[in-house]
Amino acid sequence: MTLAAAAPGGTVIPNFGHADSCVRHNRFFCWHWFTSHWNDTFAPALVQHIVLTVIAVGIGFVISLALALAAYRLHWLERPIGWAAGWLYVIPSLALFQILVPITGLTTTTAEIALVSYTLLALFRNVLVGLREVPGEVREAAAAMGMGRLQTLLRVELPLAVPTIVAGLRIATVTVVSLATVAAFVIDKGLGPLILRAIEEGQFKTEFVAAGGLAVALALSADALLVGAGWLLTPWARARARASR
Amino acid sequence: MPDPLAADGPPEAAAGPPQAAAGRPQAAAGALAREAAEIVFDGATKRYEGASRPALDGLSLAVPAGDICVLVGPSGGGKTTALRMVNRLVDITEGDITIDGRSVRGFEPSELRRRIGYVIQQVGLFPHLTVAGNVATVPRLLGWDRRRTAERTSRLLELVGLEPDRYERRYPSELSGGERQRVGLARAMAADPPLMLMDEPFGALDPITRARLQDEFLRLHGDLRKTVIFVTHDIDEAIKMGSRIAVLREHGVLAQYGTPQEILARPADDYVARFVGADRALKRLALITLGELDLEPAPYAAESDGSGATATTSLRDALSMMLTQGGRPLVVLDGEGKPLGRVSLSHVTAALSSAPESRA
Repeated sequence: MTLAAAAPGGTVIPNFGHADSCVRHNRFFCWHWFTSHWNDTFAPALVQHIVLTVIAVGIGFVISLALALAAYRLHWLERPIGWAAGWLYVIPSLALFQILVPITGLTTTTAEIALVSYTLLALFRNVLVGLREVPGEVREAAAAMGMGRLQTLLRVELPLAVPTIVAGLRIATVTVVSLATVAAFVIDKGLGPLILRAIEEGQFKTEFVAAGGLAVALALSADALLVGAGWLLTPWARARARASR
Repeated sequence: MPDPLAADGPPEAAAGPPQAAAGRPQAAAGALAREAAEIVFDGATKRYEGASRPALDGLSLAVPAGDICVLVGPSGGGKTTALRMVNRLVDITEGDITIDGRSVRGFEPSELRRRIGYVIQQVGLFPHLTVAGNVATVPRLLGWDRRRTAERTSRLLELVGLEPDRYERRYPSELSGGERQRVGLARAMAADPPLMLMDEPFGALDPITRARLQDEFLRLHGDLRKTVIFVTHDIDEAIKMGSRIAVLREHGVLAQYGTPQEILARPADDYVARFVGADRALKRLALITLGELDLEPAPYAAESDGSGATATTSLRDALSMMLTQGGRPLVVLDGEGKPLGRVSLSHVTAALSSAPESRA
């Protein structure tokens, strides 16, 4: 990287001695340094972080949906699945990454497996609760109108579970955005490595604050995006909120 | 054999004259009988595993096409079970149920249910669909095109007294209890089913709304002629709504089946007598309007005695008015305020001593 190469004698803080006074004095946040490295450092890392998150939440959602549908039909499955997802959730993230490295190596796969495992509990629980919350008389009406199981699921049960499912996706997404920074111990992708490097290389505050701040901003934006999607998908829930006011 | 439930098209709501005389449904199905279906319970029995006694024990009765048959009885009397066996939400253990001679077992359950209207007390509207979306449920399942569905939907909303422009785009949460049940009714009738199953449809409504919906349903039924099986635990509702009443007792045993008049005049046993109540004579009188009676000629130059009795007043109300006036006869007026004749206490005793006319 040009920054590090330009620093003679392997200076710990990138570009030290050649930069403006803000960077030389390691002030809290150097806007100029941030903008001048947006293209080569922050933007790619942010995109990688988003990709890591979307893949993890996407796969986690598909798995959770399948598990929740299975547990919805077969009641006895709920305990073992909930138990397994709960155990995965309580393993410290750092430990889980380390456990997986001997099996899948220092790869994106390792990172994704760990991240997916943290989405399962919230998503499985919320999808299942969402389906179970469909009122009995609504399900009865669907059957009595001549809907089959699949039609009832697609036309009635899943649409009614959307608010609860969105709530689960919000928890899962924010969790993954945060945990994906820890994946820096396994792969050089996302915002995590920037934070890690800033800490290791002598507490370079601007990079630390910028990468951390971007992770927080990403979590908040993703959350807001999901809230917006939920809002668009459920005009009926808004009507209900208005009516109960 | 032709499919008895194949009335897929939207045969228009035949604009027949609304039933006069307090909206009593008459049993004669007449020219529109083709739209309704005859339902026969033939020893229909439901036994749940592990239960010592059946939930419904060999129910046998025939509901003529176009009739409203009310199943009434205590909880645990098997009335809801009997209802749900017709559209196979509950499977029959023994015996059979036929619709125009064809066993319900012969239908694929979803097919069968799309052609039978179903209304329940909790309504069960789909909260995520608008009023129009709810009413269009069955037409969509049947694959009707958009325009036909939309036309049918707004027509049905009009039929149940909801202005389509005002209500179509609302969600169930924005409706009152009565409005919800009207939508439920419209949804049940969407594909013009020849048979409707109604499980305490007005049970959750306040008394005023309930009475209004009962009256409107009777008027609608007069126009549309569908066979209706109606479940209630309220004997007064049964008498009001039913052209026939089946009184069930605990464990799903049929105690009596007959017209309201027959059941009130000649309860089959003590159980039915207790069930219809000690005031069954008054309930019988409530079924008779003054217009149906052979009134005494009014004294010449008679004027209204201020009682307000008209041809549509029930004999029960007339009795009450007479008692208020010390038992004197009442002058009965027609719609234009001209006297029709006089009603006296002897009409009351005569009505109660006469055998009820058989409707069979």
